[in-house]
Amino acid sequence: MAVSGGTKSSSFIDNLGKVYGLYTLGFLVFFALMAILEQVGVGARAIGIGFLLFTIVIYAVIGWLSRTMQVEAYYVAGREVPALYNGMATAADWMSGASFVALAGGIYFGGYPYLGFVIGWTGGYVLVNALMAPYLRKFGCYTVPDFIGTRYGGNLARFVAVVVLVVASFTYVTAQINATGTIAARALGIPFTLGVWFGLLGILLCSMLGGMRGVTWTQVAQYIVLIIAYLVPVIWMSNAQGFGIIPHFSYGGAAQRIAELEGQLGLQAAQEAIAGVRVLTTPHFDPQGGLDSWKFVTLAICMMAGTASLPHILMRYFTTPSVRAARKSVGWSLFFIFLLYFTAPALATLTKLQLLDPTLATSIIGKSVEEVMNLEWIQNWSQVGMLAIADQNGDGLLQLNEFFMRPDIVVLATPEIAGLPYVISGLVAAGGMAAAMSTADGLLLAIANALSHDLYYKIIDPSADTRIRLIVARVLLIVIGAAAALIASLQLTGILGAVAWAFCFANSGLFFPLVLGIWWKRANRQGAIAGMALGFLAGTAYLYYVYTGGTPWLGIDHLRFGMIGMAVSLVATVVVSLMTAEPDEETQAMVDEVRIPTGETIIGRSH
Amino acid sequence: MASEGQRRHWEKTRSLTYIVLVIWAIFGILIPWFAKELDAFSFLGFELGYYMLVQGSLIVFVALIWIQNFRQDAIDDEYGSGE
Repeated sequence: MAVSGGTKSSSFIDNLGKVYGLYTLGFLVFFALMAILEQVGVGARAIGIGFLLFTIVIYAVIGWLSRTMQVEAYYVAGREVPALYNGMATAADWMSGASFVALAGGIYFGGYPYLGFVIGWTGGYVLVNALMAPYLRKFGCYTVPDFIGTRYGGNLARFVAVVVLVVASFTYVTAQINATGTIAARALGIPFTLGVWFGLLGILLCSMLGGMRGVTWTQVAQYIVLIIAYLVPVIWMSNAQGFGIIPHFSYGGAAQRIAELEGQLGLQAAQEAIAGVRVLTTPHFDPQGGLDSWKFVTLAICMMAGTASLPHILMRYFTTPSVRAARKSVGWSLFFIFLLYFTAPALATLTKLQLLDPTLATSIIGKSVEEVMNLEWIQNWSQVGMLAIADQNGDGLLQLNEFFMRPDIVVLATPEIAGLPYVISGLVAAGGMAAAMSTADGLLLAIANALSHDLYYKIIDPSADTRIRLIVARVLLIVIGAAAALIASLQLTGILGAVAWAFCFANSGLFFPLVLGIWWKRANRQGAIAGMALGFLAGTAYLYYVYTGGTPWLGIDHLRFGMIGMAVSLVATVVVSLMTAEPDEETQAMVDEVRIPTGETIIGRSH
Repeated sequence: MASEGQRRHWEKTRSLTYIVLVIWAIFGILIPWFAKELDAFSFLGFELGYYMLVQGSLIVFVALIWIQNFRQDAIDDEYGSGE
C-alpha cells in the first residue's frame, strides 16, 4: 500500500476497500488472539500493553507510508479521499477522548442537561452540510483562514482568522494530549508526564511525514478501532445481562425503571464530599421547562455553531475529489458519528441500572458495604482514587449517596462492572487512545497548517519555495505539539481543557464571518474583521467575567459564552459591512462562482 | 455576472437550504425545548421527549443530510452543474 507516488497513489485509492477490510480483519484476529492469551493465563497488564502498542505501531506504519513532499498532498491529502473514507476520517477527527471516554459518563451523572451535547454535536453537521462544506470545497482553500483571506482580501482578515483558529484549537488539543497521556500511563504503567510525551510521539508519527494525507489514512484506521471498541462492550454486556441483542431499541424500559428506582432510593447529596469523585444527584431524565429548556437550547446552539466553525473539521472537507463528494462525505461523517452517539445514552442507562437495580446480580446499592468493598472492580478503581465507598451514615449498607465515582470512568469501568473478560477492557483502552490521538492529530495539523500556510507563506514570505514551506510546516507541528504536551503535563487542563470552550471560541470568532462570506455578497473586509475580532473578544471577555465569579446573565455560563460572542459577531459583521463600501465586482463574482458546484476552484484559478 | 441559469440554480439551492434549516431548528431547538411536555407520550417504551433527545432527533439529522444531498444533486443536474 505505497501511497507516496502519483500513479501508485491512485491504485491505493482503488483498493481502499480491500486494504481497510484486511486491516479490520487483522484487528479482529489480534483481538481473538488476546482473548485466547487471557484464557491461558497471560496477565491483564500484558494484554493492555499489547493492545496499545499493536495499534500505535500500525498507525505509525500508515503515517510512514503516507509520507510526502508535495504541497497538495501535505495540506489536503491530494484531494482524492473518497466520500465514505473521508466520512470515517472526519468521525475519528471529531470524536475525541471526551466523546469516547466522557460522554456516557456525562450522561450518567448529568441527566437531561448533558444531552444538550448529544444534540449539539450531531445537529451541527446539518449546518456544516447546508451552510459550509460544499462551498468551502468549491473555493479550493488549504485552510479556513485561507478562505477568509481570499474572500475578504487582505492580510489583516487572514491574520485575525488565524488567531481565532489557534486559540480554539489549542484549547481543545491540550485536553486530547492529556487523554492520551492518561490512557498510556494506565496501560503501560508509566508516570503520567511520561505518558503525555509518549502520546505526543504517537500523534506526531501519524501526522508529521504525511501531513493531511498521513492523518487521513490513520484516522480511517483509528475510526475502525474506536467504533469496534465502543460497540462491542455495550452489545456484549446487553446480551450477557439480558437487555436484548441490540440494546439501542429496547432500553426504554430500563430508563423508566431507573426513574422508579431513583424515587425509591432518593437522590441526595453526600453527607461529606470526597474530592475528585461524586455521587449521583441528578435524575436520569427530568426536564423542568423554563430556564432548563433555555439552558439546554443555548448549549445545543453553541455546540452546533461551533461544529460548523471548528477548522479541524471543516478542513477535512477540503480533501474530497469534488463538491458533490464533499457533501456526501458530510452525510457519511454524521452517520459514523451517530453510531457512537446513539450508543452512549444506552451505555449510560444500562450501566446505571446494573448498579442500582436490586434484582440484578451486578447491583451494589443497598448491599452491605463490606460485601461491595470486596468486589474486584471496586478495589481496582478505588486504588487509583477514581472511585470511593464511604459508609457515611454508619448503617453498614451502601446508600446511593455513599457511592462516589469519577464520571470519566463510566465507559472504562463498564466491562468490569458487567463482569466481562479483561480483553474487553484492553479493547476499550485502545479505542480511547484512537479517539484521543485522531482528534489531537487533526487539531495539531489545523494549527500548524494555518501558521505555515497563512502566516508564514501568505503573509511573511510569499516567495518561499515548496521545500521550505513543508519544512516550516513540520517544524511548527513539532513545536506546537510539544507546547501542548508541556501544558498537558502540567495538568492545567482542568482549566484549559474544557472542550466546550473550544466550540465557543470558534463560533464567537468564525461562525458568522464564514457563513456570511458565502451567503451574503454584501459582507466585506471591514465587516468580517470587526465580526471576527469583536465577537471573539466579547466572548472571551464574557468568559472571563463568569469564570471569575460574575453572575451569569440569563443562565449563560462559561459553557455557553458563544451565545454572547456570536451575537456580537453577527451584529458587528452586518453593521460594519453596511457602513463601509460594498465589495468590488471581482469579489462578488467570486461569491457567485462559489455557489456553482462545478468548474475550477476559486483559488486554483487565481494562482 | 451570473447567468439566468445560475440565478435559478442558486434560488432553488437557497430554498432547499431554508427548508433544511427549518427542519433542523424543529428537531435541534424546538423539540428539546418541549422535552418535558413530550414526555406525556410514549414511543417504543421510551418517554417521547427522552427518546427524541437520545435517538429521534439524531436519526432525523442523519436522514436530513442525505435527503438534502439527494435533492441538491437533482438541482445541480437540472442546471447542468452536476458532476
